[in-house]
Amino acid sequence: MNTQEVDFTYRLWRHDGAPGELIPLLQSAQEHFGYIPRRAITYISGVTNTPESTIYGVITFYSQFRLQPMGKHRIRLCCGTACHVAGAQTLLDALRDELGVEENGTTEDGVFTLFTVACLGCCSLAPAMMINDETYGSLTPAAARKIIRTIRREENKKAEKEKSVA
Amino acid sequence: MPTLTINDITVQAPEGATLLEAARTAGIHIPTLCHLPGVHAPGACRVCLVEVEGARTLMASCVTPAHDGMRVRTNSPRARNGRRDVVELLLSEHEGDCTTCARSEDCELRAIAREAGVKEVHYQGERRPTRLDHSTKGLVRDTGKCILCRRCVAVCQNVESIGAIAPQERGFGTYVGPAFHAPLSEVTCVQCGQCSLVCPVGAIGERDQVDEVWRALNDPHLHVVVQTAPAIRAALGECFGLPPGSRVTGKMVSALRRLGFGAVFDTDFSADLTIMEEGHELLARLRGALGGGPKHGPLPMFTSCCPAWIQFAEHFAPDMLHNLSTCKSPQQMLGALAKSYYAEKIGKKPEDVFVVSIMPCTAKKFECDRDEMRDSGAKDVDVVLTTRELGRMIREAGIDFTSLPDEVMDAPLGISTGAADIFANSGGVMEAALRTAYEVVTGRPLPSIQLEPVGPMAAGGVHQASIQVNDVVPAWSFLEGQTVTVAVVHGLAHARQLLEDVRAGRRSPHFVEVMTCPGGCIGGGGQPRPTTDEVRQARIRAICEEDASKPLRTSHTNPGVTQLYEEFLGAPLGERSHHLLHTHYHPRCFVAKAPQAQKATPKPCAEARPES
Ligand code: SF4
Ligand code: SF4
Ligand code: SF4
Ligand code: FES
Repeated sequence: MNTQEVDFTYRLWRHDGAPGELIPLLQSAQEHFGYIPRRAITYISGVTNTPESTIYGVITFYSQFRLQPMGKHRIRLCCGTACHVAGAQTLLDALRDELGVEENGTTEDGVFTLFTVACLGCCSLAPAMMINDETYGSLTPAAARKIIRTIRREENKKAEKEKSVA
Repeated sequence: MPTLTINDITVQAPEGATLLEAARTAGIHIPTLCHLPGVHAPGACRVCLVEVEGARTLMASCVTPAHDGMRVRTNSPRARNGRRDVVELLLSEHEGDCTTCARSEDCELRAIAREAGVKEVHYQGERRPTRLDHSTKGLVRDTGKCILCRRCVAVCQNVESIGAIAPQERGFGTYVGPAFHAPLSEVTCVQCGQCSLVCPVGAIGERDQVDEVWRALNDPHLHVVVQTAPAIRAALGECFGLPPGSRVTGKMVSALRRLGFGAVFDTDFSADLTIMEEGHELLARLRGALGGGPKHGPLPMFTSCCPAWIQFAEHFAPDMLHNLSTCKSPQQMLGALAKSYYAEKIGKKPEDVFVVSIMPCTAKKFECDRDEMRDSGAKDVDVVLTTRELGRMIREAGIDFTSLPDEVMDAPLGISTGAADIFANSGGVMEAALRTAYEVVTGRPLPSIQLEPVGPMAAGGVHQASIQVNDVVPAWSFLEGQTVTVAVVHGLAHARQLLEDVRAGRRSPHFVEVMTCPGGCIGGGGQPRPTTDEVRQARIRAICEEDASKPLRTSHTNPGVTQLYEEFLGAPLGERSHHLLHTHYHPRCFVAKAPQAQKATPKPCAEARPES
């Protein structure tokens, strides 16, 4: 059992109904699962005696909580001032279109999750985005699409290989 | 007692009163919207703003305590403009069209806009997104009309302990709804409609089925009969401007005839019948538990007239379903009889009789649709209309309700006693059952007993009483000297607590009446709005008067019921009643799967749903 799991189950186990426990519980559930699955909501609801509707309300209120698993590749599009001026919005539109998801959304195949961030700290490269630890600068919508397609192709290849092995 | 001035009038406010309450004692009206007395006062809507001398901003009077020496103005230009701005802002987001909205007649937002003197909405902005939820039988929801007062959330969570709905998302995107963006039918909502009773606007209402009834009435092949619940006669008048508590039984009957119903029956009849069946069931259970007779189900026995309570038990108390009386609710008994006993009498097939129920209740719409409710060979009750829908239907037909003559219900399913009338009040089913059971067991009438709620009841309540049984007739000798304990609960939060107490052995009543709606069915989710505590009190009084006005006041003296047993059913709990008048329940509970290595045992029926 990893430490996060211990933390989550420990917190649930020793929960004594004190108010204010809900957010820490949700945070540890998210650390454990990478997102907050439905069964965790149901479970927390039972233990804390809080209706699921209220818990879901808290989750959808705070942007830190996720209801879907994180994609394999995390795209962080910079929307800081420099990037904004350099056309981050058109990049965002292009990425949304290419991926078929909204901000904070994960693609159906679970490959990408799209985030926007306030500033990546590489304003000289504006407009910029990071995919995992890799930074891409001076982007155009077409360039951004191309990067996505390249990664997707590699992922597809990998998946096929795994299939043929299995 | 703080002394303050409001609009230059000196007011002695009760200790702990808010400015709103202080103003009311002085006869000064301040509009409110989110405030729901006895249930919730979040101070959120700001419709009740007043000017307090020395305060920087206008204050929400519903949450500001009255202090000694305060100088308050409710009527200054600043206060009036402040309130008007607030209302204008609400209107600018409100996605509603008053001309077609089912709520326009009694909409609180509309009334407040008038009161605040709004003549034009100066703010132009985005309207609230509309999400329609038509998933349940009883209710429809439209978030576009919602003004986010959260009254419904407070009632659902605090009074009914269901928590089916809560605010979701944030900012302008905030809306009230169930978890998981799920429709209401997929969460533990019991369709009591209390949310629709307190919603100030048209964002939650009953599913309107008036047109279905018109269609049936116009179908020459159908014999359309109607039954009216006990609670309607004490409330229907409010739809036509009569004061709360007006008894309109006779006018209601003539209105129904004029609408074209072939026969007007009384759910009171089957309420009397329920007492015969349920009373005997209770005595049989008592004999099993106390008198060494054959076991006939566990104690305490819970009443089963309220479909929202039944659904609650199926969700949250699957371990106690055998404690529910197996009796169907009076509406379903009458439906089953109308399509068997009565249909035979008039030489019709069950499917050619169409049964409409007028109920104070949205959960009854759900109940009549249950698979178990088809024992006559067809759907026992075809359509349920709430009091509010009947009011609209009468108006649509152009009937001048207040000038109607008084008429009486049709035999045989329209004959009733006073014991049936009080089914409408919390405590009434209990009292009616005790009247008959006590008389059967002792041969004497029940000593007077106070079971209906007194005082505030918006949040529900619980009431326990004991009856000493002495000098019994020989057949019931096992009850000699016993003390029978009964409990009366209204509001499911209290029912949940009582269930916990019974499970833990802290309470052990023999018989428990549960009504979902505060005050009982007179405060049902389908009743005219507003239903405040004063209105509930007035309706309860009217029902008690109706009871007192009847020559017969115990169910077993109802001649129609006696005839029914002689001609058709045989004896209470007999073969035929078992088939037509009794039912069974099934758990709706899904226990959450615990994460592995989880020590806390999940509650047997916490708010759990299957994984998606
Ligand atoms: S009908 Fe009753 S249970 Fe359902 S949401 Fe409304 S108040 Fe809650
Ligand atoms: S649905 Fe009605 S009661 Fe509920 S928050 Fe909206 S306006 Fe208020
Ligand atoms: S108390 Fe009466 S009106 Fe309310 S849900 Fe139950 S049966 Fe319906
Ligand atoms: S009624 Fe006072 S803030 Fe809503």
